[in-house]
Amino acid sequence: MTILKTDGLSKHFGGLIAVSDFNVEMEEGELVGLIGPNGSGKTTIFNVITGLYKPTAGSIHFDGKDVTGLRPDKITALGIARTFQNIRLFSELSVLDNVMVGHHLRLHSSPFVAALGLPMYRREEEEITQNSWRLLETVGLANVAQEEAGGLPYGQQRKLEIARALATRPKLLLLDEPAAGMNPEEVRELMDFIHRIMEEFDLTVFLVEHHMRLIMGICPRILVLDHGVTIAHGTPDEIQNDPKVIEAYLGVEEEDA
Amino acid sequence: MRKGTSRILTAISLLVLFLFLWWAEENLDPYLRRILNLIAINIIWVVTFNLIYGYTGQFSLGHAGFIAIGAYVTALLTLPPAQKEQSFFLSPCIWPLSVIQWPFLPSLILGALLAGVFGVLIGIPSLQLRGDYMALVTLGFAEVIRVINMNLQSITNGSLGLKGIPEYTNLFWSWGCAIFTIFVVWMLGNSSYGRAFKAIREDEIAAETTGVSIFYHKLMAFAIAALLTGVGGGLFANLISTIDPNLFSFLLSYQVVTILVLGGVGSITGNVLASIMYVSLFELLRPIDQPMTFGSITLPGRPGMRMVMFSIIFLLVILFYRRGLMGSNEFSWRWLLSKLQPIFKRKRQEDDHSKD
Repeated sequence: MTILKTDGLSKHFGGLIAVSDFNVEMEEGELVGLIGPNGSGKTTIFNVITGLYKPTAGSIHFDGKDVTGLRPDKITALGIARTFQNIRLFSELSVLDNVMVGHHLRLHSSPFVAALGLPMYRREEEEITQNSWRLLETVGLANVAQEEAGGLPYGQQRKLEIARALATRPKLLLLDEPAAGMNPEEVRELMDFIHRIMEEFDLTVFLVEHHMRLIMGICPRILVLDHGVTIAHGTPDEIQNDPKVIEAYLGVEEEDA
Repeated sequence: MRKGTSRILTAISLLVLFLFLWWAEENLDPYLRRILNLIAINIIWVVTFNLIYGYTGQFSLGHAGFIAIGAYVTALLTLPPAQKEQSFFLSPCIWPLSVIQWPFLPSLILGALLAGVFGVLIGIPSLQLRGDYMALVTLGFAEVIRVINMNLQSITNGSLGLKGIPEYTNLFWSWGCAIFTIFVVWMLGNSSYGRAFKAIREDEIAAETTGVSIFYHKLMAFAIAALLTGVGGGLFANLISTIDPNLFSFLLSYQVVTILVLGGVGSITGNVLASIMYVSLFELLRPIDQPMTFGSITLPGRPGMRMVMFSIIFLLVILFYRRGLMGSNEFSWRWLLSKLQPIFKRKRQEDDHSKD
């Protein structure tokens, strides 16, 4: 079943065309990669899908619903969660609280019930706490649960962002350069981790990566973006041999090497 | 330490506070009682501001406006008709306001509700803005409320103000409302909603994509704060018994901001401590306004000198305690007991030694 489908998605900033005519169709349980040189519009696509930007043209259908132009929190409630390229945690809150915020959108108790600490709310709070601990164990952060999120080392912050996104119970997870700043060992670990959470949480993953070699390893299907335009689409092999991709992306890298 | 133990300790300290207030109400002179009342009222104002700024991160300078609405509504409803007829000599008070006189509690509630409604009305446009713009717009709204109060001659009696408001506010009213406010803000702040507020303060974009509806939560914090601030305003009017529009100028909003920063942004414990300090200090520094004699030199009295002194103290606190007295830490029994333990232990050891 198709979970995400964009049709002619475009985003212009004044005269700058950040993304033009972007089309993608993702099946449930798929892992799709999106690559491209810096400034090619990868993050802009994520920002449009999650509602942070309104598209200039085109439409986004998620899980059979038209979500084009909806508010970010509504889109998250429907089941799209994301992480950020430059990590955005709630730095002064504890690690546990960061994950607990992710549960807030599923809360049933009204503020009134919560402020009085009635049994209905206390039950929900208990449930949220337990779920959050479980998520922290899944990503391996349970031992730092009470620490301030801003004080964690870089790699753990990335994991916490993923845990917070998982707390919103997404069907589709958008990962924006999760491997940025990681060494090869950590990248391999991350690949396993992504596969693991996909299975455990029934996720579809849309992955933006700047590094081509990494994404070739895990994504069966890849889209290549250059200056906002999709220049190639296919399996890693097809991508690697596409002259347009080599020109836009690999060509530059080979000159460097 | 278990949850039950700290609940019992809290209950005991509330009982002690109640007994103290009871004693104070009977035995203290009116001046000291008034200071205690003012402390409680300031606690209400600052704790609600903490909900807006400390937790949700929205810098509002409109507190005086909400205080004014609570004060005027409660005052007008409790003011006896005869007093209204006497005070409104420029233009008579409009019907039905001219004939009604309500008891204190319903007046206080209506005042709070109206302040809450204004909180929503002012919040809807101003919460769309960020940072400094939000502060400017709320400051503007509070000034608009002041100017309206100044000009609605037949409702608020304009710049003549209201006199002879029944002095219903006593220590039980003021401290009861203060404790209620602390309870509500504390419970909300430590609930899932509180986490959502703090998430907005930390990073709006991340909060939004984590499923927190930014506007709804900002407005909620703003409305609840405005409502409870209105209660404080009503208590204030029925404490000092004379109000006029200029009492609720931007200086009052600054006072609230000052106390919050002194105590520590985001700490209710800090709010309470700083309110106590601010009000007490303000009274203790009163002699500075009077003429002083040092030996043969006589300094003439300068009203406002204590504000200068106050500014210096404020500067010193900001210099040495950048994050206020408490930072964003809260008091807990566990903390207190861990501080007390070494003292007891040492004493016990000394006792043991003396036995040898």
